Amino acid sequence: MERVPVLKIGDILLVSIQIDMEDQVALQLQEDLADRIVATGCHGVIIDISALDIVDSFVGRTLATIAAVSRVLDAETVVVGMRPAVAITLVELGLSLPGIRTALNVELGMELLASERDPDLDLPDDEDDEVGAVVPAP
Amino acid sequence: MTAGGDLTAVERLAIRTDQDVVRVRQLVRTIAVAGKLSLVDQTKLVTAASELARNTLVYGGGGNVEVGRVENGRRTGIRIVFADQGPGIADLELALTDGYTTGGGLGLGLSGARRLVDEFDIDTAVGRGTTISVTKWCR
Amino acid sequence: MALSTDEVGRFAGLLERGGEALTAAWTDAVATSLRGRLSHAELYRQLAELQKGFQAALAGGVGDLDGDVGAELRAQLSELSNTRARQGFTATETAVSVFALKDAVLAILDQGEGADSTALRDYVGFSGFVDRAGLFTFDSYVRAREELISDQAEQLLELSTPVVKLWEGVVAVPLVGTLDSARAQVVMERLLQTLVDTGSPYAIIDITGVPAVDTQVAQHILKTVVAARLMGADCIISGIRPQIAQTIVALGIEFGDIATKASLADALRHVLRQTDAKASRRAFRREV
Repeated sequence: MERVPVLKIGDILLVSIQIDMEDQVALQLQEDLADRIVATGCHGVIIDISALDIVDSFVGRTLATIAAVSRVLDAETVVVGMRPAVAITLVELGLSLPGIRTALNVELGMELLASERDPDLDLPDDEDDEVGAVVPAP
Repeated sequence: MTAGGDLTAVERLAIRTDQDVVRVRQLVRTIAVAGKLSLVDQTKLVTAASELARNTLVYGGGGNVEVGRVENGRRTGIRIVFADQGPGIADLELALTDGYTTGGGLGLGLSGARRLVDEFDIDTAVGRGTTISVTKWCR
Repeated sequence: MALSTDEVGRFAGLLERGGEALTAAWTDAVATSLRGRLSHAELYRQLAELQKGFQAALAGGVGDLDGDVGAELRAQLSELSNTRARQGFTATETAVSVFALKDAVLAILDQGEGADSTALRDYVGFSGFVDRAGLFTFDSYVRAREELISDQAEQLLELSTPVVKLWEGVVAVPLVGTLDSARAQVVMERLLQTLVDTGSPYAIIDITGVPAVDTQVAQHILKTVVAARLMGADCIISGIRPQIAQTIVALGIEFGDIATKASLADALRHVLRQTDAKASRRAFRREV
């Protein structure tokens, strides 16, 4: 069975999903990530889905679970690189990704994680949008 | 069952394992591309097929799928038929409501898949298994 | 009504015997109808090809234009229609080009054996075959023109919905004119693709130029915004005129937490304030 590789870059774990995952592979990724977060003490996870041409409810569920589990382990998750056709399909499906932060690419994802880690002192804060808005739960 | 012509260039796959669900996605993708569906329509169709294939596996106890081209006068399209000999769906109305799920999580089940395609037909009864036919027309 | 095997054979033989003389006669018969818009040489070439096509089909036993066996001849006829459609000829002119083959063949029949009943029956059967071929080109022609028109409509759509990069990290879509379903779709897809291509986390959708907003239009805009958010970008809607604001409220359309500004300038200012703030935070972090 294939395994999705997990790379450590500083304080962040980077996962780039390049294959059409079988359900089992997705579940394995969930486990592997949890293990690596604990093993490395990383505080950020970036999942790059720019190579995925579809995101169905199973993948959606898996991403949501990864985000939730990571949060419990004190790591924040950002999903990056969603393709326009995928986003349009998800909207049609009525599938929001509750509690999952997103960004357009890895670079913006890293910025988002960095800005979340450090508390902001004495700087004007706007209530609406961050880079990579959090999609509101239904 | 559905309006519109006969199925041609039919390809069949058995759905018995996880890997088969991936195969179904790949097959539908290939045929959708060949059928000149737009990128967004391809994505919608493959996503719907993935959902329904998984349903066939998980709730239907396995089954098979047929993918083919259809023609309806001027239009051409792709039709996919999923069939299983599983327990069938007891309350179809409920199953077709938004947000309904027996599996937990982001349940969108049948209602979601239905929104992604142009035609959606379902034939099911307790103890008789389930057959679902979806069609997407070329724009 | 298909040709019989005998008729097919005789017909094929006739075309072969006619050869270039037949093609020349055919070309002459057609040339007048096209009134010089196609060079004689080019026309001759086209018809020679078609004659060979007819010959090959008939020699292969094709007595009927329908079905798999007639596919190659149909393809040739479609090709002719497509070319003529693009060159600006009418459907009739295209069909007439095919019908003229009958005249050319009649001339040969006249020259050859006397007008006996077999020849006459042959000619009638043959005529029917050519008629169907001509009508087929008419059909293909219409289809080709429709495709051409829809292609042009698409291009027009593209031209009238520009997506511009307004600033670092900000793109804008100034919508102008009525927004129907098809257009809204195109705009949505192009906007989302531009967000990816430019890595811009912000999009301003300006609807100053949209005369009316109904529920459908609002739905499309909302879907676009939700899709953009799923991808990691945010949208601001600007250019909402007083009447539109009232319509939106009257229709009960909820824009929820989507930011709306009166003008494009306001929207840009809003976005810049935020990117500025973020940049300051980053700088601050670096210093600390």
